[in-house]
Amino acid sequence: MSQLSLRRGISAHRIGAMILRYWYLLMSSWPRLLELLYWPALQVITWGFLQLYIAENANFFARAGGTLIGAVILWDILFRGQLGFSISFLEEMWARNIGNLMMSPLRPIEFLLSLMVMSLIRLAIGIIPMTLLALFLFHFNVYALGLPLIAFFCNLIFTSWSVGIFVSGLVLRNGLGAESIVWTLMFAILPLACVYYPVSVLPAWLQYVAWALPPTYAFEGMRALLIEQTFRTDLMLEALAINAVLLVASFGAFLALLRSARKHGSLLSAGE
Amino acid sequence: MTENDKASSRPTVADRSAPAAIAVDHLVKVYKQTRAVDDISFSLPRGSITGLLGGNGAGKTTTIAMIMGLVLPTSGRVQVLGRRMPEESASVLGRMNFESPYVDMPMRLTVRQNLTIFGKLYAVKNLSERIAELADDLDLSDFIDRANGKLSAGQKTRVALAKALINQPELLLLDEPTASLDPDTADWVRAHLERYRRQHHATILLASHNMLEVERLCDRVIIMKRGRIEDDDTPEAIMARYNRTTLEEVFLDVARGRVNGAKEAAK
Repeated sequence: MSQLSLRRGISAHRIGAMILRYWYLLMSSWPRLLELLYWPALQVITWGFLQLYIAENANFFARAGGTLIGAVILWDILFRGQLGFSISFLEEMWARNIGNLMMSPLRPIEFLLSLMVMSLIRLAIGIIPMTLLALFLFHFNVYALGLPLIAFFCNLIFTSWSVGIFVSGLVLRNGLGAESIVWTLMFAILPLACVYYPVSVLPAWLQYVAWALPPTYAFEGMRALLIEQTFRTDLMLEALAINAVLLVASFGAFLALLRSARKHGSLLSAGE
Repeated sequence: MTENDKASSRPTVADRSAPAAIAVDHLVKVYKQTRAVDDISFSLPRGSITGLLGGNGAGKTTTIAMIMGLVLPTSGRVQVLGRRMPEESASVLGRMNFESPYVDMPMRLTVRQNLTIFGKLYAVKNLSERIAELADDLDLSDFIDRANGKLSAGQKTRVALAKALINQPELLLLDEPTASLDPDTADWVRAHLERYRRQHHATILLASHNMLEVERLCDRVIIMKRGRIEDDDTPEAIMARYNRTTLEEVFLDVARGRVNGAKEAAK
């Protein structure tokens, strides 16, 4: 994959080939499919019952029905979006196929775009059943959020891609020794993005950090919508701007790490 | 390979006017304290088949990796099919291909699925027909719908070769293509490579530890030791220079530092 090829056109044909590759893989392995479904389902069931219990015992939560379960669903969009991206990338490392791809006409941007599409496909397989479970078991209809849901989704998925691109670069550069970062980096964001509580809970100095993260805006926006029935467009636009910066920065970091991997010969030793 | 075959695959007048298939100019690669490749230069004309010989750590794989653009040189230049690597790799990657023990094909995918994906990546026209042709040529038909991970070593090598030939490359880089194969399969792979080179007038650079393979296939041999080129000539000329009858004996002379003695004896 050539970095300079970015100046040339992007081939939908090659992106399609990579999506087909991951689709073949998913369809050939029922454990991979099951894994997509079971964890989100487990999450929504656990947090749904917790929400029911709290709602019965606290007036505020009864009024703000769905904030916990809504937060779980949005968190899963963020987390599973990144995993969907990163696992497809890791499949190439586990299969020792990365050298074949690097030597093919596939370009870095095409590779990353195919991983983005796969993250959406994998997310859809996991999240749609999750939302239906939330509807039937707990009468929480996430789709009733309407258009704001699209804004939340876009901002969360953009962040998940930025993190996915960055950690993929780290694994390219450092090999599978860096794999654990893929699974854990998003959890470093969890307390700061204020998934289950408002930003105001944090100490003042930490709030600055929280507001630097686009997911914080989505979770605050969701709470504003569910509690105050207000859609905060301003929050979504600010998150979009930060996401744009993060996406560009993560792509730049990926290219720099790819170059460093070429310099240090890590692409030859990358494997299981 | 017969002498006639070798003669028929030597560069033609038209080839000589085209840029070399590979031009390596004062190439150096340093990893921390180690000079893996130490100021090597060579040029391979189109249609030639060249063996890159050397013991473990001689710098063969690093050299091939730099030619492919997988590793960046510390200094020096590489041109492939007239284009600088890796800067202009986008314009040549579709015209070359490779096979290496450092990479695998995805194990869960069937042979047909793997070839379909790589065919699409290389924008191969009439892909189904090309896959059928390769299945026929490389005897893949019996297991073309089997997962790659369930194949024997010999079958996997044939599949890897099919992937390397999917785009009918002008330049083929092979890193130990017959390693860990039984003699029958290895011989079969060599025969196929000879045929492919003859039919497509392709350039092949082959790194190998198998001296018989190099003697049989190559019309030129580059011997590397500790990152440097120790010798570079036709197999016959090299064997004559060292007063040896096989490349294996030459290889041992070079590996054990008997180079000067052997050359003196030849004189």
